[in-house]
Amino acid sequence: MKALEIKGLKKSFRSNFLLRKYNILKGIDLDVEKGEIYGFLGPNGAGKTTTIKCVMGLLAPDAGEILVDGQPARRTAARQRIGFLPENPYFYDYLTAREFLFFSASLFNLPATEVKDRVAALIHRVGLSGREDLKLRKFSKGMIQRLGLAQALVNDPDLLILDEPFSGLDPVGRKDLRTLILSLREAGKTIFFSSHILQDMELMVDRVGIILDGAIRRQGKLSELISRSTQYYEVVCDHISAKELSRIQPVFVRRDGQFIITLASDADVNLVVESIIHNSGRIVAVNPVKMTLEDIFFSEMAGEAFRDPTSRSGGTGGPGRPAATGEKT
Amino acid sequence: MKPAVKGIAVNTFRESARNKMFYLLVFFGILFALSSKLVSFLTLGDAMKVLKDTGLAAINFFCVLIAIFTGINLVYKEIEKKTAYNILSKPVSRDEFIIGKFLGLALTMLTALGAMAVIFFVFVAVSGGGFDLKIAVYFLMLYLELLIIIAISLLFSSFTTPILSFIFTVSLYLIGQIIWTYNEFAKYLAIPLWRAFTQVLYYLLPNLNKFNIKSQVVMGTALDPWALLFSGLYALGYVLALLALTILVFRRREFQ
Repeated sequence: MKALEIKGLKKSFRSNFLLRKYNILKGIDLDVEKGEIYGFLGPNGAGKTTTIKCVMGLLAPDAGEILVDGQPARRTAARQRIGFLPENPYFYDYLTAREFLFFSASLFNLPATEVKDRVAALIHRVGLSGREDLKLRKFSKGMIQRLGLAQALVNDPDLLILDEPFSGLDPVGRKDLRTLILSLREAGKTIFFSSHILQDMELMVDRVGIILDGAIRRQGKLSELISRSTQYYEVVCDHISAKELSRIQPVFVRRDGQFIITLASDADVNLVVESIIHNSGRIVAVNPVKMTLEDIFFSEMAGEAFRDPTSRSGGTGGPGRPAATGEKT
Repeated sequence: MKPAVKGIAVNTFRESARNKMFYLLVFFGILFALSSKLVSFLTLGDAMKVLKDTGLAAINFFCVLIAIFTGINLVYKEIEKKTAYNILSKPVSRDEFIIGKFLGLALTMLTALGAMAVIFFVFVAVSGGGFDLKIAVYFLMLYLELLIIIAISLLFSSFTTPILSFIFTVSLYLIGQIIWTYNEFAKYLAIPLWRAFTQVLYYLLPNLNKFNIKSQVVMGTALDPWALLFSGLYALGYVLALLALTILVFRRREFQ
């Protein structure tokens, strides 16, 4: 049984005045395995938050099915084992952090003795010790985000759904959050989080789903997505003149007194390396460069622009490969 | 009571209790009630009657004001500031959310009215009036009226802005004070359709005059226990109907 399963999810909104229909989700299909970290990646406006709101029962889908641990998400009881952190959370500013966590726990029908210990542990775990009796109106954005995570964990959920959890966090906060998410996975929890920050996602996720314009464009294990993608090689060398090198390989880049040659296949690498050594050059490094998540994301974005002839975002950028057009100094 | 409903009710009460505006209105309510002593000095006739009349009117006015202002912001603020997301993403149904909000506000009004009532009782006693049971009944009737007002404001705040909620709630409150005349008025209408329409309005809109027993309390005339009982049942039925309507509206609400 999957932790979360979404099949053919569609959602549209109507504008207030003209009643024009906007299709936000055009048939989302995704599944999250138990115990994994699933990254829900997409640019702003792609439909990430709308999808999450449908899962959490804040929006009613037009069509499709959402199952949480095998039971329909629209049932109130399905949320008993889910922890949710909304995007840019805002909590009651007249409460203290401790009061707010007790209030959140009261919504789960948990035993009072258990709640007291759990709230104390969570305050410590998210790094809010010493601030638990401060009114939330005095909290910074980062502190609110930490508290939001604590309230999402108050019921000790099996599935954690986090909408843009890294937004508003400083580098220390982001590292803490990454550590916390990884420790939750170690504890057997399932984590589904949305983000448009590729670096955070690449560091943590087991599987990723890329959403563009209301549909999932790619989904799979991060390792598979990356290894399936095209690779290229970088050969770094020195102790050789540009003139000699141009006889071996006419296309290269000069950087910090070294030469960088970009090659498409390992066969080319063997030939070029042998020739450089033969000409008394020194091989500094041979780097196989794999496609990053960023490359995959931008190639999907570029594909999206190509698919949609009305799109004006033709210059979204490619994978950022080294320009192999000759010597540059 | 389900723990989630209780949690929402207590938190709603806490929100009001930590709002400076709430204390300000309670303070002015008490201040104006006590200033009735001054009015009684300046007026000819039975000073105690004037004291009760103006004092109760002041408490009535400020309680209605608190009920409307707190009620119209209740759900709207939760949605606008997205605090409702935190509650509704937990295993809490929308019905429980609305009931919890209503109970929290009912508790808030009980506290505000209770504080004003206790002070007023002490004030009347100090002024030589002694304990008057009719005044206690008056406060009970006022509380029933306030429950209807908060249920009305809760309904409007579940789907529209505070400004429109304020206009609608105040309009219904004012109509509620004079709706009893509609039934009388309908008898004089010659066109059956108009007569039927006026009577539908009479039964549909809240008849808040049922709870107004001030003249009996001030004049010291007897209260009809059956009329009081009927008013109690009317308030209960009306509040339940309004809550059911609010729940129906709120179930369809989308949180974009």
